[in-house]
Amino acid sequence: MNSSVDAGASDHGHRFHTIVTTVENKPGVLARVAGLFARRGFNIESLAVAPTADERFSRITFTVDVASSPLEQVVKQLDKLINVVEISELSPTESVERELMLVTVEATGRRRHELLELVDDFRAYVLDADGSHMMLSLAARPSRLDDFEERLRSFGIVQLQRTGRVALPSLEA
Amino acid sequence: MDMNGGQALVRALECEGVEVVFGLPGGAILPVYDPIIESPIRHILVRHEQGAGHMAEGYAHATGRPGVAMITSGPGATNGVTPLCDAYMDSVPLVCITGQVPYAAIGTDAFQECDTTGITLSVTKHNFLVTEAQDIPRIIHEAFHIATTGRPGPVLVDIPKDIVDPRNPRSAMTWYEPTDDIMELPGYRPVIVGDPDLVRAAADLICRAERPVIYAGGGILKARAAAELRALAELIDVPVVTTLMARGCFPDSHELCLGMPGMHGNYTAVTAMQRSDLLIALGSRFDDRVTGRLDGFAPDAKVIHVDIDAAELGKVRAPDVAIRGDCKLVIADLLEALQACGGVDAQADRRAWRSQISGWQERHPLVYEQSEPGEFLKPQYVLEVLRDSTPDDTIVTSGVGQHQMWASQYWRFDHPYTWINSGGLGTMGFSLPAAIGAKVGMPDRMVWAVDGDGCFQMTAQELVTASMERIPIKVALFNNAYLGMVRQWQEMFYDERYSEVYLSYDVPDYVKWAEAMGCVAMRVEAPEEVAPAIAKANEIDDRPVVLEFRSARGENVYPMVPAGQSNSDIVVDPSQR
Repeated sequence: MNSSVDAGASDHGHRFHTIVTTVENKPGVLARVAGLFARRGFNIESLAVAPTADERFSRITFTVDVASSPLEQVVKQLDKLINVVEISELSPTESVERELMLVTVEATGRRRHELLELVDDFRAYVLDADGSHMMLSLAARPSRLDDFEERLRSFGIVQLQRTGRVALPSLEA
Repeated sequence: MDMNGGQALVRALECEGVEVVFGLPGGAILPVYDPIIESPIRHILVRHEQGAGHMAEGYAHATGRPGVAMITSGPGATNGVTPLCDAYMDSVPLVCITGQVPYAAIGTDAFQECDTTGITLSVTKHNFLVTEAQDIPRIIHEAFHIATTGRPGPVLVDIPKDIVDPRNPRSAMTWYEPTDDIMELPGYRPVIVGDPDLVRAAADLICRAERPVIYAGGGILKARAAAELRALAELIDVPVVTTLMARGCFPDSHELCLGMPGMHGNYTAVTAMQRSDLLIALGSRFDDRVTGRLDGFAPDAKVIHVDIDAAELGKVRAPDVAIRGDCKLVIADLLEALQACGGVDAQADRRAWRSQISGWQERHPLVYEQSEPGEFLKPQYVLEVLRDSTPDDTIVTSGVGQHQMWASQYWRFDHPYTWINSGGLGTMGFSLPAAIGAKVGMPDRMVWAVDGDGCFQMTAQELVTASMERIPIKVALFNNAYLGMVRQWQEMFYDERYSEVYLSYDVPDYVKWAEAMGCVAMRVEAPEEVAPAIAKANEIDDRPVVLEFRSARGENVYPMVPAGQSNSDIVVDPSQR
């Protein structure tokens, strides 16, 4: 997935949208938010949820694959949810996006060195290792995670988990 | 003051001013039914939980106060889903209290357990699962606040048994007064005042419009803005259509009233919108039954859209001026803005428009042919007689189908809150329980439930409730032996291939059935019997009355805009073609 993927058949620009909501940190709130998308058959591409600095609230950042005009309607519906305190759409040009990846890769013999070079290039970290595997982490722009993932394929990816993107508005925006 | 959760719940309802609860007890809600005995709140024992919900809706429609239903867990709660969805679609303020299995048993497939909050998530404005007895007064207050403010709607409060059962230590709580200060709703801030710049822009559009129409929706009634609407229409001398949900918000007898638009709206209302150059949509939502095929709807019209719900603005038709706000306040602001830019003198010349409208009214009035001797009754005729034999402020409820359309067409609604029906969801069986709720809320008013034979069979058992609780509603039951509206569609769009729409004139025997439920019942078969039967029914005030009108089976509702077609292709009565 890439935030610059074009709309293709859709009429209104980008199809992938990053929505950031501040919600009450209560049971069931995520289901309410997710339900509004599910009901319309919209897929949530990525999702990140965690409490904000004020633990009464959580921030949900999600990316959805929807044309702009139905999205506008869903955003208004989301805003109607009683537990949703704030909602905004963040465009890639006006925000800073990050995502974290944990990945376990095969790392044996001479390729081990090659892998460590790649880790260095991407400023990733080695979190764990045994004789034949390494567990790496990388926090970066989602597109950079895509690149890293692509480069790791030739080593053999054993397990991979991405967190889904989080985003904040850029300071100049 | 120390209390248990059950006492606190009943006390909290009293604090909200609740005078009546419609409900049916069961295992999980049992502890709440004990303190109800001592409470001044009247409880109406229904025969089916769906009835409780529709009664609460009828009560809310008629009084403007939130209706309250109380039902048990599992099947009680699932039976309540239809009225919750109905109330959600028609923006009816409702608070539904459901029992739930004890907190620790939730998720274990306990007896009569269901995921009530999960099931009702998409049919409520909001719902709560209460986990601590101490939260009860606050959450009940929040529930009423949410149900009645902003765009009104149903709120469900799910209450596990342990926190209301005095024998369980988890039910212990200390009472506190439920006030606005204790509410914890940081995400709920309904906007009610319109943006003044947009109001001025709207006034400007209005002044320049040559063929404007006010498109008044149910939001006018929810905002209690009938007086403001009238002042607006009269100031700018602009005709008003009142949607199915808005009938009565502007008097049918007013010279500016064009009546109901939409699929079965009258020719003038439909056509005036179609030819309009400005639709002033006030608390209406461009429902598909009003617009017909969207790309052919009011093609030359600019749109001013006022709604308290931002999600309605632009949902269906892109507005030229969209004002989020309460109709009552926005119309009042609009009146000021119109006065400021010159009032009536600043309005465009609309004489041609008015005369065009009068022409349509003359050429295309609502018509039907009276039945031949020996034939069954024409429902339109019966409704005209009923309308003319009942007080002006009679409350009329309706189910869904042909009888609903005829009632809306042929009644003359001159007062707000006299027409109660299921518009959005189209819930068959709504009429009878809604009438009971309306009568409970407005005991001094005459309440007639207009119903069809199909609808009647869905909720008829609530006549037992009405008899036992001495709620003297009156039912005009149109028995045409068919699911009439479906039959009409099969006649018109399925080559008269009638599939599963025949019900029977004689089974059930409605008179015997109604009598068995404690009602006075009469069968009416000939036009000359109609007025005397209604007069007799009107005199009875100590029990429900059912008049079964044997109705012509082949009668169709006209005009009609066939589904999916443009409003310009309106099909009028055969006699006007």
